[in-house]
Amino acid sequence: MSNDPTHQFQISKIVPIEIGGMDFSFTNASLFMVATVACAAGFLYFSTANRGLIPSRMQSVAEMSYEFIASMLREGAGSHGMKFFPMVFSLFMFVLTANLLGMFPYFFTVTSQIIVTFALALFVIGTVIVYGFYKHGLHFLNVFVPSGVPGVLLPLVVAIEIISFLSRPISLSVRLFANMLAGHITLKVFSGFVVSLGALGALGIGGAILPLIMTVALTGLEFLVAFLQAYVFAVLTCMYLNDAVHPGGH
Amino acid sequence: MFVTPAFAQDGAPANGETHGAAGNVHTETGVAHGEHGTGVFPPFDQSTYPSQLLWLVITFGLFYLVMQKVIVPRVGGILEHRHDRIAQDLDEASRLKAEADAAVETYEKELAAARAKAGSIADQARDAAKTKAAADRAAIEAELSSKLSAAEARISDIKARAFAEVGTIAEETAAAIVDQLIGAKATPEDVKAAVAAAKLEA
Repeated sequence: MSNDPTHQFQISKIVPIEIGGMDFSFTNASLFMVATVACAAGFLYFSTANRGLIPSRMQSVAEMSYEFIASMLREGAGSHGMKFFPMVFSLFMFVLTANLLGMFPYFFTVTSQIIVTFALALFVIGTVIVYGFYKHGLHFLNVFVPSGVPGVLLPLVVAIEIISFLSRPISLSVRLFANMLAGHITLKVFSGFVVSLGALGALGIGGAILPLIMTVALTGLEFLVAFLQAYVFAVLTCMYLNDAVHPGGH
Repeated sequence: MFVTPAFAQDGAPANGETHGAAGNVHTETGVAHGEHGTGVFPPFDQSTYPSQLLWLVITFGLFYLVMQKVIVPRVGGILEHRHDRIAQDLDEASRLKAEADAAVETYEKELAAARAKAGSIADQARDAAKTKAAADRAAIEAELSSKLSAAEARISDIKARAFAEVGTIAEETAAAIVDQLIGAKATPEDVKAAVAAAKLEA
């Protein structure tokens, strides 16, 4: 394996597939998407298979994640927003599992690809826009007109609101992508230092202790980030869905 | 900015010349990427986008379906069931508590009734005993007083008789004293009259 810290984001074909001149190969990214889905769905499926009245440990983890997202969505988007629960829960579990799987050495991190996070963000914003117009018609545009703003400031505020709305898919996707990417690169760089310094002899081995400690600390931090980014993604999804459910009702 | 750490790593072990210009660094990393085809930073390599999007849609779509059709109803059902069961158990518990309260109330009522009954029985017994005692005492007192009056009657009778005899004794004594003193017999009438006079004086 190369020492290049961006090597881990390299996509390599496993089963080449080409349709209409476009490359739809089954790659390592695809493999880890499948693995992510299999792990997340498998965990939720098998841990709840007993439907125990008194939950086993695994079942209570599954229930906790369910209730965690359910209360998040209820607080964020009200009880009307609960129809989006399968979507938010799926997004959260998918991102969380992908992030955590990415923490295994030599594993590919699905969420470190901007196209993946951007697609997920567009899915969220697309849902907000489609549901908003479907449910409220043109009243959905009230999202851009906050109540209680004096008439003079209104054009400015509306402009700001439109820009902030348009930047949502970008901020949502880049936040997750950049966090995963930067975290994995930093880890790789510091662990690379350990190897490089270790090759320099006794003094180097002594010096390698610092980056080693750093690598251990960063690994802990990365697990935190893996969860936190999934959480942030879900919280923001809930907030954006709130606009679709209650436009102008801030 | 993501290339710089690559330089730090590739350059550190031995290649002194890579520490030179930034241009050199780029070639170094460029070569490293060359092994994998394109020299673009992997996440920005647009040639992988169609494949990633397709597989994301397939996998996430399937995941979403499984979540919506199986997982969410199942976990929701488990939680609902537990919630219902707890509510049911709480209802049952409050029903049992109400029953227990009612039983305690009945018991206390019966206890109070029994106490009241016991009190009245005791009162009756006491009253009966009191009346009987009073009656007995009255009977005894009546008997005693009748005995007393009989005794008094006998005493006064004896007294009267004694008084009556006192006169006779006094007469005889007076006659004897007169006889002794003056040697003459006093007539019983005189003596009698004298004694009666002395009695009167006394």
